[in-house]
Amino acid sequence: MKIAVCLRRVPDTTTKIVIAAGGKSIDEAGVKFVANPYDEYAIEAALTLKEGAGSGETTVIALGGDSVQETLRTALAIGIDRAVHLQGTPSPDGLANARVLADHLRGGNYDLILCGKLAVDDYGQQTGAMIAELLELPCATAITKLDVSGGQASVEREVEGGVESATCALPAVFTCDKGLNNPRLPSLKGIMAAKKKPLDVIAVSPGNGGVTVISLAVPLERAAGRIVGEGAAAVPALMQALVSEAKVI
Amino acid sequence: MADILVVLEVRDGALRKGAGELIAAARRIADGSVDALICSAASISGLDPLGVAGADRVLTATHADFATYCPDGIVATVASIASPYRAILVAGTATGKDLGPRIAARINAPCAMDITAIDASGNALKAVRPVYAGKALQTIELAGPAVIVMRPGAVAAAQHGRAGATSAVTVPPFTRRLTVAPVRTSERGSLDVAEARVVISGGRGLGDPKHFALLEELAAAFGGEAAVGASRAVVDAGWAEHGAQVGQTGKTVAPELYIAVGISGAIQHLAGMRTAKVIVAINRDKDAPIFKVADYGIVGDLFEVVPALTAAVKQARAH
Ligand SMILES: Cc1cc2nc3c(=O)[nH]c(=O)nc-3n(C[C@H](O)[C@H](O)[C@H](O)COP(=O)(O)OP(=O)(O)OC[C@H]3O[C@@H](n4cnc5c(N)ncnc54)[C@H](O)[C@@H]3O)c2cc1C
Ligand SMILES: Nc1ncnc2c1ncn2[C@@H]1O[C@H](COP(=O)(O)O)[C@@H](O)[C@H]1O
Repeated sequence: MKIAVCLRRVPDTTTKIVIAAGGKSIDEAGVKFVANPYDEYAIEAALTLKEGAGSGETTVIALGGDSVQETLRTALAIGIDRAVHLQGTPSPDGLANARVLADHLRGGNYDLILCGKLAVDDYGQQTGAMIAELLELPCATAITKLDVSGGQASVEREVEGGVESATCALPAVFTCDKGLNNPRLPSLKGIMAAKKKPLDVIAVSPGNGGVTVISLAVPLERAAGRIVGEGAAAVPALMQALVSEAKVI
Repeated sequence: MADILVVLEVRDGALRKGAGELIAAARRIADGSVDALICSAASISGLDPLGVAGADRVLTATHADFATYCPDGIVATVASIASPYRAILVAGTATGKDLGPRIAARINAPCAMDITAIDASGNALKAVRPVYAGKALQTIELAGPAVIVMRPGAVAAAQHGRAGATSAVTVPPFTRRLTVAPVRTSERGSLDVAEARVVISGGRGLGDPKHFALLEELAAAFGGEAAVGASRAVVDAGWAEHGAQVGQTGKTVAPELYIAVGISGAIQHLAGMRTAKVIVAINRDKDAPIFKVADYGIVGDLFEVVPALTAAVKQARAH
């Protein structure tokens, strides 16, 4: 089983966001970067499936500047076999990036291509489904369950008010949600082994695509509210506010 | 700005909520017509409200495979009629988020996800979207045709009184690569936190999973308009289903009324609910961060406050 995982380097989710001069991006000074949390589910799924199949190869692919190599090494330390760095500046247009990833994946003969449900920086929520469309492969997004056997996959995903299950033939593209598995951590042995695993660098140019960032801003805080009172005695005051002032009851 | 297509969501042979909102969003940027596409296995009745909401035409595409969600067929249908439209709008539900990027890739257009505001004045199509878990807002400009996935609750439905005349479109041949089974409705019933008018969420302050019953009772007092949500702390502890989790790694909700009970208000929780119209917090710690975003707060023991609130809501709604 040949499995590819698309991996994005993102600021740690606990990062305080400071807007950079120019007002279009974040100030990266002092920001800790990590593997996108949803991509960790994809890595775990890839490793489990390969272990289950007893043979195969897992590959992580990241598009970005040279700093993504550090993130790729982390994936190798967790247990992925090889890494590919698509060296170039990601576009604000997710389709331009998906195209670069798809062009690389096309020749790779992968049985499975896994992405995260979303990247916690740009919240694009589109790369996986676009790769599938460009490669004309079956796709399910935001999956919380994945079973693969006999060249078929069955998946589950949460939808409003329920769960949807789906099946398709491999090769296929899935994007992974929380709940799919519990990602393992890199081991000391893994970290040593990662240094010797292959990491290929390929120059690419996604271009600008059809999206221009006009501005990035910190949202206005909600206007400060008020404490209407203490304990059950405050319920009438709250009701008064909800009925007459806010008019939501 | 030219003509706009909205793709409406169907489940179990009925339109999902949010059609009016989506059409209202389209009307904001249309200076031509707004067309609403419905892909279903059989014809759907009761489409008159779509015209009222502002659709000039309702396009129906009928195919046996549309009995359940069929992304391959919907994408093929949309692509076959896409060329005149400046923008294609989809609702940002689980289904819409799955569909939007597929359509975009097929028609070679950018896809803008989770849009909270759109504007087409001056002929440029601009959209605003939360990024970095809602810690920043990005404004983008979209060239050429674009797929816009609207965040539910971002634009209110309105009455525009258009014709809403129905016409059939042909479903082109397509390969069904993914076979989707009917949605299994969760035990909590079909009302989802992402769709409810009122969301009542519980956190670790509840102390025990059985105390969620207090929140269920409060929800019931709202007569089918309220859903019960949860913080991640209690979802991880197995007290509530993941589908109920509100926040960065759960659902983003924008209800009219959000009541946070025994929730401290961690930044990751706020990411999922800070755009609610009205936020109420009930917490015994007056310094809990949730009070910084709450419009109205009660400092106190939830075990006293919630039953009193339930009784008051019942009484208010009985009048
Ligand atoms: C990457 C990442 C993603 C995350 N994603 C999410 C997410 O999607 N959603 C989310 O919610 N969290 C998320 N978290 C977790 C978040 O940081 C908090 O840990 C979590 O929200 C805390 O849950 P809580 O408010 O229920 O619990 P606590 O923080 O323990 O708060 C409990 C509150 O209950 C109050 N309380 C206790 N007893 C009573 C009583 N009798 N009456 C009234 N009040 C009482 C306390 O004063 C306290 O404020 C994430 C964290 C990380 C690192
Ligand atoms: N620059 C990138 N390099 C590799 N994979 C990416 C990149 N950007 C996005 N992805 C993949 O696509 C997923 C969703 O990203 P997005 O569509 O940006 O929210 C991520 O979780 C990754 O799996």
